[in-house]
Amino acid sequence: MMSTALQSYREATARQRVQGLLDAGSFTEWLGPARRITSPHLAALDAPVSFDDGVVVGQGHLAAQAVVVIAQEGLFNGGAVGEVHGAKIRGALLRAARDRPQAVLLCVDSGGVRLHEANAGLIAISEIMRALFAVQSAGIPVIALVGGTCGAFGGMGIVARLCNAIIISEEGRLGLSGPEVIETVKGVEEFDSRDRALVWRITGGKIRRTLGEATVLVDDDMAAFRSAAAAEMFGDRPHLERWGLSPDSLHGLQAAQRQLAARAALDGSIRDGQQVWNQLGLGEEVALMSPAEFNLCLEARKP
Amino acid sequence: METLHLDLPSLQDDTLLPRVLLHGVVSSGNLEVLVEPGRDAARCIFEVQTAAHGFAEVWQAVLTDFAARHPVGGLSFSIHDAGATPAVVSLRLDQAFQSLRGS
Repeated sequence: MMSTALQSYREATARQRVQGLLDAGSFTEWLGPARRITSPHLAALDAPVSFDDGVVVGQGHLAAQAVVVIAQEGLFNGGAVGEVHGAKIRGALLRAARDRPQAVLLCVDSGGVRLHEANAGLIAISEIMRALFAVQSAGIPVIALVGGTCGAFGGMGIVARLCNAIIISEEGRLGLSGPEVIETVKGVEEFDSRDRALVWRITGGKIRRTLGEATVLVDDDMAAFRSAAAAEMFGDRPHLERWGLSPDSLHGLQAAQRQLAARAALDGSIRDGQQVWNQLGLGEEVALMSPAEFNLCLEARKP
Repeated sequence: METLHLDLPSLQDDTLLPRVLLHGVVSSGNLEVLVEPGRDAARCIFEVQTAAHGFAEVWQAVLTDFAARHPVGGLSFSIHDAGATPAVVSLRLDQAFQSLRGS
């Protein structure tokens, strides 16, 4: 039932996120669980399958505007992309390019490619990327929401960065290789994946927002994600400019170029998010700031 | 994976919402249950795929208990299990039933 209490986005399942983000009763699922389109690869390996292969796709309304929504379930195999899972995402994106909703909401909660499915999962990621570009070239923004337990890593980390905007919570994480992968390959001296504070200072929502990779930092609250997504759809759309979806796209591209140049000018020896905040003059308190305080702090730094 | 089929007697509740419902997530020590209309109003059908082999008797006990505690005649419960304990199985089934009642 609806309630005014905070509802954690991180703790919610993919289905609860879809219900929590969209207008009540507006969601229609495509290829729902009763269709039993499950992974043939997991079955061949005698591993547990899921009725929806770990992703919910369909259409609905957000603030009375038509949207296509895609929500990965991070608890099923780490939200990893397999053949069926990826085909559902790609299909939903291509349908969005055809049906032209106001926006696509992509609720990323994934460690990347499902290792059980190897090449099929890798191919699925590249197909998702192509489909995402088709949506964008149709003039429809794709908004990534990152706040689940798995964050957005591997192929889905790249997919998230292709989106027009990334709404992230402090608990959300974004990266390419995840901490455990880096530790396995390069050793614990390079990255201690069990040091949770370090993991979040390097991959967490605040540093990703600071570096300009995420567009907006929100509380870990369903309503906060919902209103941020609506703001991306109805706001002044500064992020769309960067993608040539605005008539004033040159201005947007130049702003993005300045942002990248400023990032490149940061000291190359930096190894920790706190060092970035120190160098930017944001101080020691950043880690303790609420998203609202943090956003004000970032806003105050704008030239 | 081990597959189990059970067909158990249960009362029917006409006021339950007639809809397909998925509850829970397949992850370690957890399960998902898909509720759909069954065939016989006086029976409840269970289809279980479980990663833990050799626990048919425990499943029988847990599901018989569930079918006795709730009026789930005329319904079908399909379960994908990744090693949930009996208590978690009961909890997820109870939660799915609560959702059917619209609460």
